[in-house]
Amino acid sequence: MDLNTLWFILIAVLYTGFFVLEGFDFGVGILLPFLGKKDVERRAIINTIGPHWDGNEVWLLTAGGATFAAFPQWYATMFSGFYLPLFFLLVALILRGVAFEFRSKDENPCWRSLWDWCIFVGSLVPALLLGVAFSNLAQGVPIDANMEYTGGFFNLLNPYALLGGVTTIAIFALHGAIFLSMKTTDNLLDKAQKAAQRLWIPAVVLILAFLVGTYLATDMLERLGVDPGGVPIAGFAAILATGYFLRKSQYGWSFSMTWITIAASVITLFMILFPRVMISSSNPDWSLTIYTASSSDYTLRVMTIVAVIFVPVVLAYQAWSYWVFRKRVQAKPETLTY
Amino acid sequence: MDPTLLARLQFAITTVYHFFFVPLTLGLAILVAVMETLYVRSGQEVFKRMTKFWGKLFIINFAIGVVTGIVQEFQFGMNWSDYSRYVGDIFGAPLAIEALLAFFLESTFLGVWIFGWDKLPKKVHLLAIWLVALGSNISALWILIANSWMQQPVGYAIINGRAQMTSFASVVFNPNIFYQFPHVLSSGMVTGSFFILGVSAYHLLRKKEFDLFKRSFQIAAITGAIFAILIGINGHAQAQHMVQSQPMKMATAEALWESEDPASFSLFTIGDMENRRDVFAIRIPRLLSLLSYNQLSGEVKGINNLQAEFEAQYGPGNYVPPAIIPYWSFRIMVGAGTLMFVLAILALYLLRWEKFERYPWALKGLTWALLLPYLANSAGWLLTEVGRFPWVVYGLMKIEQAVSPSVTAGMLWVSLVGYVLVYGVLIAATVYLLMKYAKAGPSATDELDLAGEQPADSLPSLVS
Repeated sequence: MDLNTLWFILIAVLYTGFFVLEGFDFGVGILLPFLGKKDVERRAIINTIGPHWDGNEVWLLTAGGATFAAFPQWYATMFSGFYLPLFFLLVALILRGVAFEFRSKDENPCWRSLWDWCIFVGSLVPALLLGVAFSNLAQGVPIDANMEYTGGFFNLLNPYALLGGVTTIAIFALHGAIFLSMKTTDNLLDKAQKAAQRLWIPAVVLILAFLVGTYLATDMLERLGVDPGGVPIAGFAAILATGYFLRKSQYGWSFSMTWITIAASVITLFMILFPRVMISSSNPDWSLTIYTASSSDYTLRVMTIVAVIFVPVVLAYQAWSYWVFRKRVQAKPETLTY
Repeated sequence: MDPTLLARLQFAITTVYHFFFVPLTLGLAILVAVMETLYVRSGQEVFKRMTKFWGKLFIINFAIGVVTGIVQEFQFGMNWSDYSRYVGDIFGAPLAIEALLAFFLESTFLGVWIFGWDKLPKKVHLLAIWLVALGSNISALWILIANSWMQQPVGYAIINGRAQMTSFASVVFNPNIFYQFPHVLSSGMVTGSFFILGVSAYHLLRKKEFDLFKRSFQIAAITGAIFAILIGINGHAQAQHMVQSQPMKMATAEALWESEDPASFSLFTIGDMENRRDVFAIRIPRLLSLLSYNQLSGEVKGINNLQAEFEAQYGPGNYVPPAIIPYWSFRIMVGAGTLMFVLAILALYLLRWEKFERYPWALKGLTWALLLPYLANSAGWLLTEVGRFPWVVYGLMKIEQAVSPSVTAGMLWVSLVGYVLVYGVLIAATVYLLMKYAKAGPSATDELDLAGEQPADSLPSLVS
C-alpha cells in the first residue's frame, strides 16, 4: 500500500472517529430542550458530555488539518467550494462551544435560555450540514479542469444531500438518546429511554431511504470506487439490531450498534470515493484523486511518522478520560457543582 | 469591493480577534498550574481557592480562544485556496501536527480538569492543568512554525509551480521561530501576569480577600517583571533578525525613506506616504544602527532603496507596506512593553515594602494596566503581518495570487458580516462574564453553579 492510500484511510478514520464521537454529543445537544425541562436537568444533560465534547470536536479539526497536510488540493477545493455551508458550520460550532462554558455562569433565565438555544441550534445545524456535505462528496459536484468548484450554494442543497442531512440529524439524535440512557438517572433516564424508543423508527426509515438513495444517486454500482459490498448492509443491520437491544433495555449494546451504523455509513462513503477524493460531476477526468491532490512523498512520509507516534497516545488518553467520567450523572443540584 | 481586499479584511479581523484571547490563555494556564502546584505541595486552602478563582476566569477566556481558532484553521482553504494549493505541502504539516499534538491535549485535559476536581487524586488533577498549559503552548509553537515559514521560507523547492518540502527539520527549526516563539510565549506570560496584577490590585484597593489577592499579586509581580525583561531582550534580538530577513518591515517601522549609515531612529514622524518623505520628524542620530548591530554605525536600508531592489529582483510592483500601520504598531508595542516593565517594578516595590495602602493610585493604575498587554499583542501581530506586504509568503507569493478563485465578493461579504456580528456579541458576553467574576472575587467560585430547580426556559419551549 502506498502512502497516498494510507493517508486516505487515515483521513477516513479521523472522520469516522469524529462522526461516532461528536455524533452523540451533537445528539445530546439536539435533545437538550426536549428532555431538559428544568434547569437542573439541563445542567445534568450538559454534564454528561461536558468533559468530552471539545475533545470529540478535535477529531474534525485534525481531519481538516490532515487533509490540508496530505491532500492540499482536496482541502483547497472542498473548503473554498463548500464555502457557505462551512461558514454556517463554523458559526454554529462557535456559538455551541461558547454556550457550553457560558450558559451556567449567570443566573438570569434569559441568559441561560439563550445559550441553551445556541447549544440546540449549534448541534442541529452542523449535523444537517455535515450530512449535506458528505452526501455531496459521494454524489459528486461540478468541478472544472483546474480543480475549482463551479457550482453555487444551492447546487449543494439537492434532494439526495438534504436527505443525507436529515438522516444524519436522526441518527445523531438516536445516538445521543442512547448515550443519555447510559449516563443519566431517575426521571431523566426515563425520558432519555423513551426518546430513544421513539427515535428508532424514524431513524430506520431514513437510513433505509438514504441507503437506497445512495445506490441511485452515486456511482456506487458502477464500481468506480471500491465495492463497499457488505459494509452498508452491515450498517443497516446494526440499526435494526439497535431496535432489538432497545426493546431489551440493553443500552450498552444499543450504543455499540449505533456506533456501527454511523461508522459503516462513513466508511461506505469513503469506499465509494476511493481512489478519488472529490468527484467531478462535470467530467470524470476532472475528479481529484489521492495522487493528483496529494502532497509530496516526502511530506507524506514525515506526517506518517508523526501520526504513528502520536495517534496511539491521543487514543489512550482520550479513552482514559471516558473512563474517568464513566459514572452516571444525577440531576441533583448538590452533585452538579461545576 | 475587491474580493482580495475583503478576504484580507476578514483575515485581519478574525486573526486579531483570535489573538486577543490567546496570549491570556497561554500565560494564565501556566500561572493557574503554578497555583495548583502550590496547593498540592502545601495543602493550604488559600491556594486551592486561588486556583479555582483564576481557573474560572481562565476557562471563560479559553472557550472563546478555542472556538475562534477553528475559523483560523478552516479559513486558509475557504478564502485562500490558491495559497493552500501552493504551500499545502509545507504549511499543512505544522497545522495537522498542531491539531494532533496540541488540540487533543488541551481540550481533553481541560475537560478532565474542569469536571475532575472530586473524581481524581490531587496529583493527577494537577497534572491535567499542566497538560492544558503544555498543550496551549505547543499549539502556539506549531502555528508559529507555520507562520515563520510565511515570514522566512526555508527547507523547500519550487516544483511544478508549487512549494514542496525538502527538509522538515529546516521548516521546524526555521531561524525565525527562535525569535518569534519566545516572544509570543513571553507576551503570554506578561499578559497573564498583568491580568492577575490588575484584578488583584482592584481587590487590594478594596481590602477584600486581602491574603488571597496579596499572594496572587506576589506571583504575578514576579513573573510579570521577569517576562517583561525577557520580552525586551528577545524583542531586541527579533528586531535585529528582522533587519536581516525582512528589511522592508524595519524600514517602514522606522519611516526610513533612504538608506542611512549610520542610521537614525525615529522618535516621532508624520510622513507623506505618497511622496515618500517626512512632513515632520524627530530622529535620534545613530540609534537605529546601534539597535540593529549593537554598534554606532552600520547601514540600515531605506524604503526607496528596497523598493528599487525588489523591482530589480521581482519585477515592477509596489513593495512598500502601508507604512503608517507598521510604524505606529511598532511604537505602540514597544511603548506599552516599556510601560509594563516600569509597572512590574512598581508592583514589586509595593509588594516588598507593603505599600498597598499608601499608594492607592498605584493600585488603580495597575488595574487599568491590565489593558496594556492587549494593546501590545495586537500591535505586534499587526506589525508582523502587515509589514510582510505585499507577500503572503515572503519573496514567493503575493497576496493577490493567494485568494480563492471560486469565492465571490458576495460570499465574502456574507461571511465577513456574519463573523463581525457573532464576534461582536461574543466579546460583549466574554467581557461581561470576565468582569462579573473578576469583581465578585473568590467567594463566587467557592460554591458555584448550583443548578436550580426552576423551569429552564423563559423563551417558548420547543415541545410542550
